[in-house]
Amino acid sequence: MIISVASGKGGTGKTTVAVNLALSIPNVQLLDCDVEEPNAHIFIKPSIKNRMPVFILVPEVDKTRCNFCGKCKEVCAYNAIAVLKKDVLVFKELCHGCGACAYLCPEGAIKEVNKEIGFVEIGEKDNLQFAHGKLKIGEAMSPPLIKAVKQYMNPTRTVIVDIPPGTSCPVIEAIKRSDYCVLVTEPTPFGLYDLILAIEVIRKLKIPFGVVINRADLGNRKTEDYCHKENIPILMKIPFKKEIAKAYSRGEIIIETLPEYKKSFQQLFSKIGT
Amino acid sequence: MKICVTSQGDNLDSQVDPRFGRCQYFIIVDTDTLEFEAIQNPNIDAMGGAGIQSGQLIAGKQVKAVLTGNVGPNAFQTLQAGGVEVIVGVSGSVKEIVEKYKKGELKPTDNPSVGRKFGMGQK
Repeated sequence: MIISVASGKGGTGKTTVAVNLALSIPNVQLLDCDVEEPNAHIFIKPSIKNRMPVFILVPEVDKTRCNFCGKCKEVCAYNAIAVLKKDVLVFKELCHGCGACAYLCPEGAIKEVNKEIGFVEIGEKDNLQFAHGKLKIGEAMSPPLIKAVKQYMNPTRTVIVDIPPGTSCPVIEAIKRSDYCVLVTEPTPFGLYDLILAIEVIRKLKIPFGVVINRADLGNRKTEDYCHKENIPILMKIPFKKEIAKAYSRGEIIIETLPEYKKSFQQLFSKIGT
Repeated sequence: MKICVTSQGDNLDSQVDPRFGRCQYFIIVDTDTLEFEAIQNPNIDAMGGAGIQSGQLIAGKQVKAVLTGNVGPNAFQTLQAGGVEVIVGVSGSVKEIVEKYKKGELKPTDNPSVGRKFGMGQK
């Protein structure tokens, strides 16, 4: 079973839920797909066994063969190539690696070359299998790296995927093919606003989902009212507690510092299963 | 000689648009006769690469210089490759700017004036 942990708004507690859930149930693999700022490893502290670089293909123009016809820039959907009277510029950071320019160049002047965008690391901590991706600083294309992390998915285990915040391409790439999605939110106007955006996405992807309300005793009741009205299960409420905040800021795991929460995360898992 | 001024409107009395890649209009003006062509910018809503597209458009118009408020790194590189001088930090009406340029009061820059994505969402 693949369970993704997502949220519209950032900083609601995705990683906290993903990490604690992963450590509360047996036979788990945790994938941190928030490759722009992975942080699950800070809490898990896995021993990393392997690091694999990840590449995308970007165009390289042979200017001795180019006649500046402009076909490549016409077919580039991302404006990553500029053709001027006597020069061609490739803006690699805008390239999505689709290959159309190289395929359609009438002069055969474009070849595709590897560009490293980041790496995947795999490791383990006790019985937990772990993998994450780290995007290189300055890179903008995270979906190919997220895809690379997911290639290490182990289908014999319960896979928990930590999803990046937001509702754009990286989120879709990370979340797709999940069996269930846990949406972590906080009961504030901003939290609810972004939760509703995330729900729109999840409904389009036709993935069953439920909500975890973190810092549940802050803010207002509107998030709960919304979930009741929409018939969305509230899977768990995590209180706003100084001990939890302290543990988090020390890089500790809630269920280790406050063992009484292990049961709550196990209950969360059983609610997902049913 | 032809130059390009980014503009908020379609004539010489319009105010300079401080953005390059996502400006409202490009005014291509002949500095001797003040004859001009106003091009509505097709790249205002580009998802990305607006500066690169606008840079190619303007380089194709055979202008000597672009006068605008700010230029990002990709647009700057494109304009340089197209042999177009870049003058940033200008404001006022298009007509005033053309006069200043003719008097030699405006100097080209060697560097982009802002970072990537600066002109996004400033309609």
